Amino acid sequence: MNRRVRGLLRKEFLQVLRDPSSIAIAFLMPAFLLLLFGYGVSMDATDVPLGLVVEQPSAEAESFIGVFRHSRYFSPRRFPDRAAAQQALGAGQVDGVVVLPGDFAARLRGEVGAPIQLIVNGVNANSARLLQGYVEGAWRNWLERELGARARPLGQPVMLQPRIWFNPGLRSRNYLVPGLVAINMTLVGALLTALVMAREWERGTLEAMLVTPVSMREVLIGKVLPYFVLGMGGMALSVAMALWLFLVPLRGSFWVLTACSALYLLVALGMGLLISVTTRNQFVAGMVAIVATFLPAFLLSGMLFDIDSMPAAVQWITHLVAARYFVAILQTLFLAGDVWGVIVPNSLALLAMALLFLGLARRRMHKRLE
Amino acid sequence: MSKPVMEVDVLSKSFRLPGRTVQALRDINLQVAAGVVTGLIGPDGAGKTTLMRLAAGLLLPDSGTIRVLGQDVASESLAVQSQIGYMPQRFGLYEDLSVQENLDLYADLQNVPPANRRERYDELLNMTGLGRFTRRLAGQLSGGMKQKLGLACTLVRSPRLLLLDEPTVGVDPLSRRELWSIVYRLVEQEGMSVLLSTAYLDEAERCAEVILLHQGEVVGHDRPAAFSEPLRGRSFRVRQADTLPRRLQARLAKLPDVFDATVQGQAVRLVMQHAEPPKLDADDLSGAHCEAVSPRFEDGFIDLLRDSGSLQQVLRPVPHEVTPGDAISVSGLTRRFGDFVAVRNVSFAVAAGEVFGLLGANGAGKTTTFRMLCGLLPVSGGEVSVAGVDLRRAPAAARARIGYMSQKFSLYGNLTVQQNLEFFSRAYGLRGARRRERMAWALRELDLAGFVGAASGDLPLGYKQRLALACALMHEPDILFLDEPTSGVDPLARREFWSHINALADAGVAVLVTTHFMEEAEYCDRLAIMAEGEILALGTPAEVKARSLGSEASDATMEAAFIALIEDGEAA
Repeated sequence: MNRRVRGLLRKEFLQVLRDPSSIAIAFLMPAFLLLLFGYGVSMDATDVPLGLVVEQPSAEAESFIGVFRHSRYFSPRRFPDRAAAQQALGAGQVDGVVVLPGDFAARLRGEVGAPIQLIVNGVNANSARLLQGYVEGAWRNWLERELGARARPLGQPVMLQPRIWFNPGLRSRNYLVPGLVAINMTLVGALLTALVMAREWERGTLEAMLVTPVSMREVLIGKVLPYFVLGMGGMALSVAMALWLFLVPLRGSFWVLTACSALYLLVALGMGLLISVTTRNQFVAGMVAIVATFLPAFLLSGMLFDIDSMPAAVQWITHLVAARYFVAILQTLFLAGDVWGVIVPNSLALLAMALLFLGLARRRMHKRLE
Repeated sequence: MSKPVMEVDVLSKSFRLPGRTVQALRDINLQVAAGVVTGLIGPDGAGKTTLMRLAAGLLLPDSGTIRVLGQDVASESLAVQSQIGYMPQRFGLYEDLSVQENLDLYADLQNVPPANRRERYDELLNMTGLGRFTRRLAGQLSGGMKQKLGLACTLVRSPRLLLLDEPTVGVDPLSRRELWSIVYRLVEQEGMSVLLSTAYLDEAERCAEVILLHQGEVVGHDRPAAFSEPLRGRSFRVRQADTLPRRLQARLAKLPDVFDATVQGQAVRLVMQHAEPPKLDADDLSGAHCEAVSPRFEDGFIDLLRDSGSLQQVLRPVPHEVTPGDAISVSGLTRRFGDFVAVRNVSFAVAAGEVFGLLGANGAGKTTTFRMLCGLLPVSGGEVSVAGVDLRRAPAAARARIGYMSQKFSLYGNLTVQQNLEFFSRAYGLRGARRRERMAWALRELDLAGFVGAASGDLPLGYKQRLALACALMHEPDILFLDEPTSGVDPLARREFWSHINALADAGVAVLVTTHFMEEAEYCDRLAIMAEGEILALGTPAEVKARSLGSEASDATMEAAFIALIEDGEAA
């Protein structure tokens, strides 16, 4: 390595050490995001407040209600009548109400079957659907057990036996946290480099440097290498938190994870440098980095929202989002293992994007001011 | 005579801005001689920085060629860059790196082998006086020290040609003198060639050759003395006892055949149209005494720039009711930013009709003092009363009585001249006939009528300055604050501006002005010299000079007084 590159690297490391803001972006922000999402955001329903109205007590009704009492998904609360329960629903004290009508026990023995009523607060469609599913599941389970106990033939000839692969406990954390690792890398790679290069333009430090025998390739190496190291540090922290704090399993190989992360980090650094070189202004660079890299990584990578359920046009756009490929790799590596059919094509896409962005950044960096 | 270090051949350069093209350099030809200091002189926007950047390979010419040390800069930029040193106007030091680390970085970038460094470092640190501060972060150096460190970084590998873009702007006079002595040493001891740009005309006389640049064209290239030579016999100095020099200047400027009039110390310096002394027979000039003096560089420059012999018309402001008592009174004013004391225990008073100057280098605390007086920044301690109103209690009431012209002129660049005037007059609550009358006054008196529909961002700097003054005067304030009003404008615009200030003061307006041009201090009735947040000296220009220089003060420059004050402060 030549003397100029060494000098640039030493300068960059000294700056990082003395400027707490880059360290904060590299380590504190990932840790903060992971804690926020790991603990704060859960897509699972546990202890959902559920109102119960039994209009006419009976042995059957008590048995059915017992299902909710003993479930970890619900935290049931009884109401004397429908009106009181509906009021509680309106006040947001419960998320749903199950009503067992007065003739529940009687109709259960009849041929037509016994209807129960479920009223769900549909304001949050997502949790409403979850609640609906859970209640229906609970109802079916109870019915099967009840009918089996009475040795009566089942109404349905076909039975569904679901088996959930890769994430048997259906812990949403298990797929949120690997996705967050991708978000962190985007943040460290793109935002950090976008800011530091623009800072050099803003403070005028580049003008004097350009009139030295330094080449643009050397300037580029001097920027990419330090932030690559910093980014991999942030990555290591994120993975460690995922494995030991959130207990997400890592079923694939650690080395494949490292290699893919390095590849994605290069993409992120390339985007950051390109933004920086184009805007030459810290404020604009920061805004562009957030809008063009962080938000797409958040919304369109499949980390939070399933890509297959997006409209076709949006699905097409997601192919332009580098994070999408990395999220697919991460979710596979963490939860399924080294599935080469997923890892190889996605890695190739990342490689292409890394070359594209770094190449564009290199082409736009002239030893000139315009 | 050895080969020139720089040859410029019909060089043109323009910049495309949204909606217009700016021609920065227009078919210029010039050669820079080896082994001497060549000065590149001209006001802001003359094309100095563009020429420097073209020479450094940072810009490509539109047409024509520029050869440095025998090589074409456009095609051989790396080869040229490894032989020159370039110090941009704002040398971007890494502020979170220490002095030593900044030097190390540039030594690495210039590929200086470690074995040769120690000796060069010692030389540079010794030359710049930074030896004691090697471990200090660059961000914590004073403005002058930063500039010297920037120069040291440029010199780690002794270049053959040194390009310095306005190295002395905004630097205190003492550091300025030191920078010049470093430049001379480099030329004499290392045989370096130096091209140095500056907006200070007095620096031209320190160069072996001077290139005058004006609006993208070379208007003169010669020895500095050659510029003033044709004016021999046309320069005079006039004194009149018991008359304020700036009043005398205003009277003399109106005389026929007077080409240029400037205040210099207690006297007024005149340049006549012809080699004849001025006719001092008017009543208000009785007792005035005239003597011939030798011409100086600035006279020659003005002669080149001013095509018609007439001075700009003088502003005719409406006379103000002079309120008894001081217009501004400040005592024990202090401002802290965290641990840093930007202004420390500053006290002074300005009367109506007085021009009061705050002088100092960048970072001396002038702008902070100003912002507190305008009520833009809360004070940390002390009493401030402006127009008889305590600023701590009723800043809004005080603000209605003051006009403020900020350093960067604060105009809306994409509004027209008319729209800017309309906006500012409305902001000051002018309505109906009164607003129309004031706008007509501004357009007429400040000669802006020809530009009513032009976007103010496109105006030449001198016109921007006039417009900014017009905006500050819309509501006829009793007190006028001017923050570095003449920074970067050409000497003609500066003269005109001071004549307006003169007229305003005579109409009863109290004027408070900051400047880093030491010679402008002569236009002030009284002034305070500030350094590191404190007032070093306060009084009339003559008193300040007498206090710092003693008996030899009579014809000394304000710059010499300033240097003496700072040196006294350091010795104490």
